Amino acid sequence: MTLAELVRRLDLTILTSLPEGDVEVTRGYVSDLLSDVLGKASEGAIWVTLQSHPNVIAVASLLNLSAVIIVGGIIPDDATLERAREASVPVLSTQLPAFEIVGRLYQLGIRGNVDSCVDG
Amino acid sequence: MGLKPLLEMRFPVQGNDFIQAGEASSRIKRTLQQIGMESSLVRRAAIASYEAEMNIVIHAYHGELVLTIWPNLIEIVAADVGPGISDVALAMQEGYSTAPESVRQMGFGAGMGLPNMQKCADELLVETKVGEGTRVVIKINL
Repeated sequence: MTLAELVRRLDLTILTSLPEGDVEVTRGYVSDLLSDVLGKASEGAIWVTLQSHPNVIAVASLLNLSAVIIVGGIIPDDATLERAREASVPVLSTQLPAFEIVGRLYQLGIRGNVDSCVDG
Repeated sequence: MGLKPLLEMRFPVQGNDFIQAGEASSRIKRTLQQIGMESSLVRRAAIASYEAEMNIVIHAYHGELVLTIWPNLIEIVAADVGPGISDVALAMQEGYSTAPESVRQMGFGAGMGLPNMQKCADELLVETKVGEGTRVVIKINL
């Protein structure tokens, strides 16, 4: 499913712009521990978290993640959004808690995986 | 080793600066991409560099990352002036961390930094002296 379609189907709020052109999203990861994401999220995955500080963007950018969904209606501060724009990381927001949004992503065909950084 | 480095770049890292944090590893990633390094190697180097950089930000006063490209390997050295590590074997254990609570709330300090570096590296060396600092050497074979 494309990122734009996910945004529409899940009624996500776009906090920084989506990239031009279609981005296909097939994988997802949910965690609030940055090292856990670094070690396990696969390239292109969509990341669900309640963290909203600038380091989230650094991690998403390093791993070439497709987008970050910040849960629970949390709106990141300007520093985070500015960093996201610089790094072209789409930041999305939902009022839903993590469990709920992940369930809906799964229903739309997004899957997790068990990649480690070595074979990812 | 008789071989000459193809490239050497140094990136300063400031302790406790969570705004600039990640900048050095992001520049290392960009450099490796620009010279056409294979994406799986870039990914491993980027993850290991970020973990090493964050260890300096979280635990040390200041330090630097030095990226050296040798004909046969990528080497990243993270050297800091800081408290050092009193028990390296313990620090290598997944889940062990001495990070303060404020840092844990940001999602750091899960005790996965050194284990992640180990997974990404072909060789990882940790030299440390309590009260002086730590030097981590990450080697990724080409």
